[in-house]
Parts: sequence; C-alpha cells; structure tokens
Amino acid sequence: MSKTARILALHGGLLAVLLALQFVLPAYHHGNLARIMVLAAYAIGYNILFGYTGLLSLGHALFFAAGMYGMALMIRLFGAAPAPALLTGVVAGALVSAALALLALRTTGVAFMIVTLMFAQAGYLTVLYFADFTRGDEGFVIKAADRVLWGIDLGDPANRYFAAWALFSICLGFCLWLVRAPFGKTLVAIRENEDRVRMLGYDTYLHKWAAMVVSGTISAAAGAVYGLLFGYAGASFAAVEYSILPLLWVLLGGAGTVSGPFIGTLLMFYLIDIASGLTEAYMLIAGLALVGLTLFAPQGLGGELRRRLWKWLP
Amino acid sequence: MELGPYILLATLEGAVTAAVLALTAVGLSLVFGVMRVVNIAHGEFFMLGAVIAWHVAQAVGGPPAAGFIAALVIAPLVVGAIAALADVTILRPIGHDPERTIVATIGLLYIIQQLVLMTYGPEARPVLAPFNQRIAIPWVEWGEAGLRLYFPWGLSTTSYKIAVIGAAALVLGGVWAMMAHSRIGLLMRATQADREMALAFGIPVERVYAMVFAIGAALAALAAVLIVPISQAHYLMGADPLLLSFIVVIIGGLGSLPGTVLAALFIGLSDGIISVFFSPTLAKILATLLVALVLVLRPRGLFGRQGA
Repeated sequence: MSKTARILALHGGLLAVLLALQFVLPAYHHGNLARIMVLAAYAIGYNILFGYTGLLSLGHALFFAAGMYGMALMIRLFGAAPAPALLTGVVAGALVSAALALLALRTTGVAFMIVTLMFAQAGYLTVLYFADFTRGDEGFVIKAADRVLWGIDLGDPANRYFAAWALFSICLGFCLWLVRAPFGKTLVAIRENEDRVRMLGYDTYLHKWAAMVVSGTISAAAGAVYGLLFGYAGASFAAVEYSILPLLWVLLGGAGTVSGPFIGTLLMFYLIDIASGLTEAYMLIAGLALVGLTLFAPQGLGGELRRRLWKWLP
Repeated sequence: MELGPYILLATLEGAVTAAVLALTAVGLSLVFGVMRVVNIAHGEFFMLGAVIAWHVAQAVGGPPAAGFIAALVIAPLVVGAIAALADVTILRPIGHDPERTIVATIGLLYIIQQLVLMTYGPEARPVLAPFNQRIAIPWVEWGEAGLRLYFPWGLSTTSYKIAVIGAAALVLGGVWAMMAHSRIGLLMRATQADREMALAFGIPVERVYAMVFAIGAALAALAAVLIVPISQAHYLMGADPLLLSFIVVIIGGLGSLPGTVLAALFIGLSDGIISVFFSPTLAKILATLLVALVLVLRPRGLFGRQGA
C-alpha cells in the first residue's frame, strides 16, 4: 500500500468508526463523544500552531471564546439565525487571531507565551466586565428554539452527534490536507529551523501569521459549534483553563500528528471524567499528566506511535 | 469632603500591596534571572505559604504572636524545601528547557492547588495578626489658628499593616545583601552571567539552581505569611499574585532586581489609588493589556538593560 493510501485508510477508518459508534453507544457515552469530537476540533486548531509551527500559545481560550461569544451574542442580542451566528463566530475568531498574531509574533519563546497569556486574560476579564451582555461567570443559555439549523434541531442527541462529527471530519480533513501541502511543510521547516527557512527565501513571519490565523479560526469554529450544540456560553470557556486544556490534549496525543489531538482529547476527557467521580480535585489528574508528559513522553502517544511503529504517520 | 485623606489612605493600602508584591515578584525575578525559566507555579508557592501558616498557627496555639512567628519561620522553610524537591525531580531531568519548564510548572500549579483543595478544603481561613492596633490617619487643615493636625472620622489603618511594610523592606534589604555580599550570592551572579563558564570554574550549577528555586519560592511564601492576617488563606489565592508578579517582573525588566522592586512600588501604589476611582476589573484589564504591549514593544521591559 502506498503511503498516501495508508494515511487515507487510517484517518478515513477513524471517521467511519466514529460515525458507526453513533448507533451502538449508550446515551451517556454518546453525549460524551459528541463533546469530545468538538473539543478535538479545537485541539486540531491548537496543534496547527503548536505541533506543526512550534509556537506555544497560552491564550487559545481567547479564540475559542471569540467564536463562542461571537455566535452566542448574535443570537442573544440580535436574534440571528444559527447559520449567520456561526459565521459571525468564525469571522470573530479570524479577526481576533489576525490582530493578536500581528502583536504577539513580534516576540518569541517565553515572551510569546506570556503575551498570549496576558491577552487571553484581558479577554476573559472583558467578558466579566461586560456582564450586562455576557452575564459574566454565570453565562447564559441559548434557547432550544434558537438552535434549529436549516430545520435540523441541534438539541436532539443524534443530530448533535452528526453535527459534531461533521465539524470534526472537516477539521481533520483540512488539517491532513494542510500539513501535506507545501504551506504545511514550510511550517514544519520553520519549527525545525527558522533561520534556515528564512535564508532559503521564505517569509517566515507571514507563514507564522497565517498559521496563527488558521489555528485561531479553527479554534473559534469549535467554540461556536460547542456553544450552539450544547446551548450555553459562559466566561469559564474564556478562562486560562481552556488555554491549558488544548495544550494538554495535544501533548498527550502527540504534537505534530494529525490524529494525536483526538486521541489526547478522548483519553484526557475520560481520565478527568473518572477522576471527578472520585474526588472534587479532578484537575490533579491534569497536573500529573502535564508533569508526567514533559518528563517521560514529550512526543505524546502519537509521537511514540510514529517513532516505534508507523514512520509514515502525518 | 476633602480628597486628601482618602488619597493618603489609598497610598497606605497601596504600600501594603506593593510591599507584599515586591517580595513575591523578587522571588519570581530571581528564578528568571538566574535560571532563565518562568515559574508558573510561583503563585501556588505563595498560596502554600499562607495555608501552611494557618496550619502552624493552629498547631502552636497560645497567643496569636506565638503562632504567627512560628509560621513566619516554618512556612518559608517548608515551601523552600518543596520547591527544591520539585526542581530536583522535575526541572533538572528536563534540563531547565524554558518551554518544557513552563508546561511542567503549569502541571505543578494544578498538582499543588488540587492537593491543597483535597487536604485543606475550599474554605478561606484567617490567621490572627500578632498585634493589630487601630491607628487613625492624621491630616492637616488650615484652621483659624494656622495649620492644625486633625483626624478625619473613620479613616484608619492598623499597626500591623505598617509593620508589614517595614518587614518587607527589611527582607528585600536582606536579599540585596545576600546577592551582593555573600558567597552564595556570588555563585548565583556567576551562574546568571555565564552558565557554561561557571560550570567550568567548578560552580555546582545544578545545586545553585535548586537553591535559587527554593529561595524564590520561600520569598513568595514569606510574602503570603505577612499578608494572611489581612486577607485569609484560600486554595485559589495564588492566581492574583502570579499575574501581578508577572506584570511587575516584565515592567521591571526580566531578571533585574532593582527594576522589579521599583515596578512593584509603582504597580502596588497605582493599584491602590486606581481601584479607589475605577472598577477593579477595568483596572485589571488595562494593566494586563499594558503589560502585553510593553512586552511586545520592549521585550526587555521598561527598566531592563541590554543583555540583562
């Protein structure tokens, strides 16, 4: 089997299995998996910047929240239909990430992390400050009547699962195409040695900027869809925890692999789900996982798979 | 109603914030300066200091002063030991790589915070101040018989708050003396200047790192013990000091100690005065944006020197 055929078979197989699971899973896990697929789309967005371009952002919650609030506020304040609301969320994410990238990419390394962290914090505080519109920490519910897209009721579990699967498939397919296209290969080259790429005549700043906009836009799309499918927007999605989580998922699943974000999100979601049944301090698992991963498996599960078994894993 | 006494009160409150902030931020700055790593778990060391202070005060009993003084000694030592252990077991194996250290210390943040939640619980608990006399704030006014000292009704501070300011100044002086005049300070400065050369001259760089990490955490813990009679110990109390210390360290120039202290004074005082006139959330938004922009435009900070 050729390399391309293997890659298509693996990722197509993953999507087919996820689609088939819809008919066999019990209700609780069915709901969970829908949530995981939307969050995995967020992780895929994060992975494009972190895994493929090598830029560690600590502020992606800003993009996720921009998508979520862009969508939810359109419905709440202007009574928009779901389709234009979703579009607004995605556009909001694209604009926010384009603007932030212009500023943040003037810095590198640790300063880049702190700048993204600070801007995301400012975004979180802004959501709290305009509590008249956003209802702050408490958040607001998007009514079931407002969540009917083209006659499909997204509140229904089966429809919700399909919608989540559709978003995840689009993001996975796009990411797969992107990293095999010349643009994606240039990003990887920048990650490995930026000076050399610049010397070869590429505009590395422009590439990094574009990567950040793509990453932010996918994150915003995930945020908008998450808000719409689960009918809620709250400030906790803008808080620093939602910047840390995609980092954790991608690290666990394997940074710089297409399927890694999904694996990481799936495992971490269930780890935290099980832990929160045992103790109130379930974020302890996240902390232990972060420390353990940096110490023992900096490549994550996907990276280990690629190193040991499948050298062709994109 | 006169504005003057209120501004004086805000300045005094701001000075207390600044004193505690300076201690915490100097700890963060020391770690960044010598080790070139950012410790995201710094706020949790602060929180641990406060929580341990409460435990110690409970265990000692007796008059408030006894428990407080015991806490003042024990909390920084315990937190320092925990930090040294974290450095040896986590940061040393990853070679103090800046990016991986950030990820690892985020993990450490959650581990410490959640372990405290499991053992200490979600309540906020106070530690009694060793002394707490009310001091009325004097103000001058132009009376019939010339200048006259009077006490505006209801405006007061406490002797303990004044003592916090004094204690912080004393400790900062001690840190400066240690860096400038002691042998361990010399080793730290040598490591900061050139890690490879220090290693070549036989300086145990790894041990210096563990020491610096411990001292940085101990300073945060000490600051927390000083503030806990005023605020209260709570498992989430580390977030604000972390953010503010970041702001201070960045404005002061990454790794520069005098710059850090100056910036802490500036931020603490303006925080006290701004929050009298503006909403605290708006003040925080402006402060965070300001810091991000400072870092974008002047990556070395406002007081940072070339190569500092």
